[in-house]
Amino acid sequence: MPAGTLYRGREGMWSWVAHRVTGVLIFFFLFVHVLDTALVRVSPESYDTVVSTYKTPIVALLEYGLVAAILFHALNGLRVIAVDFWSKGPRYQKQMLWTVVGIWVVLMVGALYPVLGHAVRALFGS
Amino acid sequence: MSADTTPAKTPGVGPVEGVTLYDVDHPAPVIEAPRKRTSKTPRATRGNFEMAAWLFMRLSGVVLVVLVLGHLLIQLVLDGGVSKIGFAFVAGRWASPFWQGWDLLMLWLAMLHGANGLRTVINDYAERPNTRLWLKGLLYTATVFTILLGTLVIFTFDPNIR
Ligand code: HEM
Ligand code: HEM
Repeated sequence: MPAGTLYRGREGMWSWVAHRVTGVLIFFFLFVHVLDTALVRVSPESYDTVVSTYKTPIVALLEYGLVAAILFHALNGLRVIAVDFWSKGPRYQKQMLWTVVGIWVVLMVGALYPVLGHAVRALFGS
Repeated sequence: MSADTTPAKTPGVGPVEGVTLYDVDHPAPVIEAPRKRTSKTPRATRGNFEMAAWLFMRLSGVVLVVLVLGHLLIQLVLDGGVSKIGFAFVAGRWASPFWQGWDLLMLWLAMLHGANGLRTVINDYAERPNTRLWLKGLLYTATVFTILLGTLVIFTFDPNIR
């Protein structure tokens, strides 16, 4: 295990681990995403073919996962910024983490229908 | 402690500039404050790159909240979600300089923010100098390539490619 990868082991460490993992995931997604968008310079057909795979139920699940990663990274990123710049930030870091988790859960429930609704309809008809 | 009065031989006590080691006000040797700037300190110790990078992560993060969450709302939620996306949809969006600018700024900020984040991750985990060199070389190559490709695509998009 490289030095310095385990740190105190409480909420603060795990939120940092999650922030790091989601950040790396989003970066790799973005790399692929710019490549697939570049297909608009090849031909409308090739772009539409690739994009049509994004509308399948399994990929819809991946999109839901991407939304989960981005929402956590964005909300927790704002928390990190508050800890760094707001004079009371460090004192309230734990409360802010649970606020982040709360908002994240609400938004994820809200995203269920818009992101996964079409997949459910494709799988179970109507 | 030894009674030696020559500064060089006193362990932990360096010569202090402009102060004699002993005088009436300092019966004991004066110990130089840690990290004190002296004439021996190089004028520019090091650049402020890491501080700039730290600040950039926070500033770009705030802007990205709006850009990326807005993008996800448009692409996945509004107006039928992913189902509506296709060449015609992109053509409609990039007909507007506003959305071209939005996507361009999002591309640059997200790529630079992500690349700088990954640089930190590599610094943390890759311990052998050679591994670090190769991983960072790969990272910077991929980053420059992606930014250039994405920028090119936005600027050269042709709705009548057929
Ligand atoms: C699954 C979710 C996503 C979908 C369905 C999606 C869809 C699209 C579409 C249709 C475009 C074409 C231009 C436009 O309509 O604005 C585009 C461009 C773009 N998207 Fe996304 N996007 C998603 C997630 C993301 C995320 C998370 C990011 C940032 C981290 C992102 C960054 C970009 C960028 C930078 C461009 C411009 C690409 C270029 O310059 O060639 N997208 N996206
Ligand atoms: C949506 C808005 C975003 C916000 C508010 C945000 C905020 C932040 C902040 C404040 C940091 C610094 C953490 C620290 O120094 O401890 C960070 C790190 C990072 N971000 Fe973001 N970010 C956002 C979007 C993105 C995107 C789109 C990507 C990928 C392209 C990304 C990838 C990363 C990576 C890889 C790190 C390094 C993680 C680490 O060192 O542990 N972020 N983010």
